[in-house]
Parts: sequence; structure tokens; C-alpha cells
Amino acid sequence: MSEPLAPSKGPQPPEPEDGEPTTAAGRMAVAQRAGGVIVPVITALVAFLIGGLIVLGTGHDPIQAYWDIIKGAGLNWFAHPTNTDVATTSAYNFSQTLLQTTSLVLVGLAVAFAFRCGLFNIGGNGQYLMGLFVANWIGVSWVHLNRPSHVLVAVAGAAAAGAAWAGIAGFLKAAVGAHEVISTIMLNWIAYWIGSYLFQQGGPLQGPENKPLDVPISGKVVEGARIPVFWGNPELQGLHVGFFVAIGALVVFWLILNRTTLGYEVRAVGYNPDAAAYGGIKVRTNYIRAMAISGAFAGLAGGMDMLGYLYKYGTLDVQASSIGFLGIAVALLGRNTAVGVGLAAFLFGGLVYGTTQGLQSGVINPSLAGHLTELIEGLVVLFVGADLLILAVWNSRRRLKRKRPTPVPEPAEATP
Amino acid sequence: MSTYAGGVDRVMRSRLLDPRSLGTLGILLGILAFILAIPPLTQRSVTWSLVCGILAVLFGIVAASRGARRVGGGAIAAAVIGVSLAELATRSSTGNLDQVFTASLIASMLVFATPLTFAALGGIFSERSGVVNIGLEGMMLMGSFWGIWGADKTGSWVWGIFIAMASGGLLALVLAFFAIHLRADQIVVGVAINFLALGITGYGFVQIYHGNNVPTGISQIPNINLAKDSSHSFFAQAFGQLNLLIWVGILFVVLTHIVLFKTPIGLRIRACGEHPRAADTVGINVYLVRYAAVTLSGMLAAMGGAYLTVGYLNTFNENVTAGRGFIALAAVIFGNWRPFGAWGAALLFGFSTALAFRLNVYSDQAATLFQALPYVLTLIAVAGVIGRTIPPAADGRPYKKQ
Repeated sequence: MSEPLAPSKGPQPPEPEDGEPTTAAGRMAVAQRAGGVIVPVITALVAFLIGGLIVLGTGHDPIQAYWDIIKGAGLNWFAHPTNTDVATTSAYNFSQTLLQTTSLVLVGLAVAFAFRCGLFNIGGNGQYLMGLFVANWIGVSWVHLNRPSHVLVAVAGAAAAGAAWAGIAGFLKAAVGAHEVISTIMLNWIAYWIGSYLFQQGGPLQGPENKPLDVPISGKVVEGARIPVFWGNPELQGLHVGFFVAIGALVVFWLILNRTTLGYEVRAVGYNPDAAAYGGIKVRTNYIRAMAISGAFAGLAGGMDMLGYLYKYGTLDVQASSIGFLGIAVALLGRNTAVGVGLAAFLFGGLVYGTTQGLQSGVINPSLAGHLTELIEGLVVLFVGADLLILAVWNSRRRLKRKRPTPVPEPAEATP
Repeated sequence: MSTYAGGVDRVMRSRLLDPRSLGTLGILLGILAFILAIPPLTQRSVTWSLVCGILAVLFGIVAASRGARRVGGGAIAAAVIGVSLAELATRSSTGNLDQVFTASLIASMLVFATPLTFAALGGIFSERSGVVNIGLEGMMLMGSFWGIWGADKTGSWVWGIFIAMASGGLLALVLAFFAIHLRADQIVVGVAINFLALGITGYGFVQIYHGNNVPTGISQIPNINLAKDSSHSFFAQAFGQLNLLIWVGILFVVLTHIVLFKTPIGLRIRACGEHPRAADTVGINVYLVRYAAVTLSGMLAAMGGAYLTVGYLNTFNENVTAGRGFIALAAVIFGNWRPFGAWGAALLFGFSTALAFRLNVYSDQAATLFQALPYVLTLIAVAGVIGRTIPPAADGRPYKKQ
């Protein structure tokens, strides 16, 4: 997974003088080279192991529980089950896992892109929600548009909304140096309350059919604005073609970062803003651009979820939404690289679906298993912190290696 | 300047036209715009508020253009907020407003502010020692679950609070270990802490209480009766029946201020947050101070969480804190990393929540948006419009011993 930063390909951001990079992204970049693919795998395994111990400690069989979660995620579909019932269920579950993966890839990319610019975008959830609101608004009310353009306009609107929402944080960072973590947290909660406002009883986006019933749920996206489903029954949340958009987004992410000037500048700023500024890169502009692109990914996720399978949204959904936060775990586990994010998103997509709706288990019930996902998520993010310990060791070793040839100045001539 | 004659006049004039005082005047006018619309004045049209608001904006612009940018910006912000609140108030009837703006509004403001106060004080200890604590929310959540669990199992709210503090402290130790010894990115670890707390409390809740049935009649933190129940005086309505922890919270604000700014311990904590190397040089054990501060921070945040469940709700729901830890974080920033500042911010946020809950009865839609106010204000604050927020210099930087 070291492809995007392999030394032979593309221009490299400057190395900092001191072994310890100043920004989180800089540290991550070194960690990436230090650990490669092994550390994330170990990280995930340890997290699952501890999760299993907790399951064991609370009196459930962990192996059976994990096996049920794997089946819940539909991964037994690959085993070509002969029983048609099992085959149907596993196929459905697997399509749902991919549906979750679609959104997770995009929110993961959102966090990863900002990370590569040295910014920690905790606001993925807010940007996701803003994209979702705009997609719902366009999808429900702009009915005069015909089919392909309606979908495209709604998706573009969602991405733009996400970009604008994240752009606020980027702008504040660039203009007055406001820390993006704080501003994105605040923007998350503002989006949360905006959503509660929009869909509540009498709110502007509450569905007209729901008004007399006093139900705080939006109107339903019209047929013409829905993203076509290619696998499964559209009435039962089939897998929509947005899945391929997510795959495409992974490629776009890689291309932007590794094959464009923009990407080079973003990475340079992320690795060391001072060095980048010295090299003539406009650091502030890049903060705004990186945040906007990052937010566009998250907004796109929200838009495609709305147009792909949700179709409507309520205040309770707004309050329960946490997919943007999962994006943090996806990006960190995926080391902020395209391939890594894709794989991590698949892992978490399976975990999310396999522990909730997909789970049919006599050992562990879905409400318990759902919290197991949160635990594993937390442990994964926590151990990404521990990765940095490995990085520290790596760093000191590398520094020693670099220094060794120099401190031997001709000893014979020094003494008379 | 050169002659004394007319100097007094000139000083008077310059002081009046001093951009800072113009800006302050603008802020006051912005607040006045709101006050006009609520009891006892209760203006029924928004006109006068609008006049005040426009004047405030003008003063703000003048102040900002003459160099006092922050105060000027503050005046503009105050004007916008004041006028929009006034507009809100004029929409509901006078009778409603009389019901909303009563002495008991102060009581409910204190109720909503107390969890924030505890968590914000925790945040101040942690950040003053140089460790950013994004995990306040998680630590609060731990306190609210294990607090009610403790009160349920032991039958005593006192033990509930202690168990809550122990759980929050333990989670904080995880943050401390990763942030201090492993020198991990503190924000990443803080995010992990929040996930972990969500998982642990949710898992425990389903495992122990099957996800819904926390027994009723769990030992509750008592109220302090300062006035007879029948009394209708302002004092009795506002302060007569407050929970014990509300008073403890206020006490802790004072204590935190004294500890941080009047004692050697506080000086050490602040030294570790401002310049850890210098602190290390004079013999302060930076790691020890940071460990202690972060653990204390977790215990305080957990106490805020315990107040929420053991003191106020007397039950637990999944993710019961619902972002209060983040509002507390906002209060820390808004209060400029000072106990009284953070308390003021917590009161302001508590007031806005209390008002939103009460306005709820009359104008549902506006009340919902109102809940976003703490976050908007903090966003404005970090943007540097109202005053300047200056974090401790070494906040968020891992320290490596040499």
C-alpha cells in the first residue's frame, strides 16, 4: 500500500530537517513508510482480538459471534452456498455491505485528503449531512428536471454543499489560523441542528404527506432523481451505481494527489508547511482547497446515500448519523492512501452491516454487536496512535544511520 | 498635545471616540436590542431593536476601521444576534414571554450549565497542562453510565459519583498514556476515546440493562433547600431548589481558579502547558503533572456526566450526553482557557439551551435552530471576531524528555 509515496514515482515533498515532522499528516507519512501494510493489518487484528476478549468476558462465544458477523456481512456469498435460501440471503447481505462500503470510501477519502494536507477534518459527518440535505431538497422539489440531469444536478449540489461546509473551516484556518479541528467539530453540530430544523414538524424540508401525521421526516426523492440500482431490488435497498462512483473517487483521489501540481502542493503543505511556503507554495490557498475537496467527497457520500437508497431522512436519522466519524477510522486504518481507504472501507462496511441489520445470531444480538463495532472502531483509531511509537523508533534508527558516516573526521590530522 | 489648555477637552473627546469604547458601546447596544424585546420592557415591534442593532453595526464598523477590529467585530456580532433574538421574542405573545422569562429560567440555566461546567473545568486542567482533550465527551459519557450503574448497585449516589469519577479517570489515563508516553497525536487519541466510550457504555447498557430498563428509584443526588417550597420570591424560584452538584460545580469554578492561578501547583501545570522544556529544566516532572492533570480532567468530566444521569435525569440512554462534551470544549475555548471565562460560557450556553426548551412550547422551529447557538458563537470566537482566544502555547504538543 506504499504506492502513492514510493520514491520513484512523482515528485516528493521535501523532507524536514529534524526527524520529527511538525504536522500529524507529516508524522503519518513517515509512519506509512515505516510500517507499510503490516502495521495496519496488525492494528486491525489486535482491535478485533480485544473486541473478542470483551465478548468472551461478557459471557458470549467470540468465535461464533465473529462467524455470525461475517455471515451477517454476506461474506459467505463467496463460498457459493448451495442452499438457495442461504445464497439469496448472503447475496443480499453482501450487496448491503457494498452499499455501506460506498459511503465509507467517500467519507474516508474526505478525511484522508485533508490529512494529506496536514489538516484533521473531524467534520466529515457535518459535510455528509449537508450534502444529504441538499440532495434531498433537489431530489424532492426540482421535479421539472428530466432523469439524468436531475440525478447529476442533485449529486453535484450535494458535493458543492459538502465542499462549502468544509470550506468554511478551511477559510477560517487560512484567514485567521483557527484550528480546523475545533471549527469542524462546531460545524458538525451546526449541521446536526440544521438537519433537526429542516425535517422537524413544520420544517422547510418536511414531507407534505408527513405534516398532518406530525412525523418529522422529509419528503421522498422522486423516481427521476434516484440513482439506478444494478444489483438487487430497488424497493429493498439494492446496490446503486454510486458504488462505481466511489471506486472512481479512489482513482481520482490517487490521481489528484500523485499526478497533479495541486496534489504535490497539498502533500508538501501537509508534510511541512514552512518548507512548502519557503518553496513558494501558497499554504493558505492550499488549506482552503484541500478542505473544499475533502468536503466535496463527504458531501458526495451524503448525496449518493440520499439518492441511492435512503430517499428520505428524518430528524432521528440526523441525530443517529455517525458515518462521517467512521470515516476517520477508515482513513487512519487505510493510511490515507487510495488502496488503503478502499480496503478499510470494505472492512468497516462489512462490520457495520454485519453487526446490525445483517446479523442473525443466537450468540450475540445486533444491539450488542453494534456497540462492538464502536469499540473496534475506537481501538483501531487508538492503535493508530500506537503506530506512531513504531514511527518514533524508526525515526531514531534512521537518524542514527544517517549520522553514522559523518562523525568520523580525519583523526590522524587532528593530532599534531 | 503640546499645550495644556484644552487638553482635558481633547482627552474627553478622544476617549469618547476611542475605537475600543465605540466598539464596546456597539456591543452594549446589540445586547440592548435583545433586552428591549423581553420583559419587563417587552417591545411589541422589532423597530427599536433594529435601530439599536443598526447603530451597533455602525459603531462596530467605525471601531473596526479605526484599528479595534476585534471589539468592532464583536459589536457587529452582538447586533446580529441581539436583533435576531429580539425578532424571535416579538413573535410570541407577551403572556408567553412572561412565562418564559421568569426566575425559574435562572434555575434551568444552572441545570443545563452544570454538566458543561464540570467538563469544561476538566478541559481547562488538561489543556493548561498541554494535552488537548477532545475526549471530554467520552469521559462524560463514561461518568453518566457508570455513575448510574454505581448508584444502582451500591444503592447510594455518593458511591455512584465515585464510581463515575473512577471510570472517567481510567479512560483519561488511556488518553494520558498514549498522549504523553507514546507521544501519539492527541486529537487522534481523543477521537478514539470518544468512540471507545460510546462502545463501552453502549455495550454495558445492553449487556446489563438490556438496552432500556434502568430500574426506577435509583438513589438520586439530593437538592439543597434554601427556601420554603411555597415561597414565590425571586430568590426562592431561582436558587431555592438547586441540586447539590450545581453548588459543587460553582465551588469548583472558584477552586479551579485559585488552584490554577494562586498556587505553586497551578503554576507548574501552566508551565507544562506553556513551555514544558523550561518547566523540566527547573525540576518539574512534566510527565507526572500532565498525567495528573489529564486524569483529573477525566474525573471532572465524568462528574458532569454523573450529574446528568444520577442528579438530573435519573436514568440512562445510549449516548445520553449528546454532544455536551463538545459544548464543554467550546466553553473552554470561548472562555479563553480560564475557569471563570469557561463558566461564563457554560452559563451562556446553558441559558440558550434553557431558553430553547422554553420557547419550544411556543415556536418549535426557531427553538431548534436556537440550539446551534453555542456552536455558532464558538465558531465566531475561534475566528477571532469576539476577543482573541489564545490557547496555552504547548497545547497539543507531545513533550519528549531529553
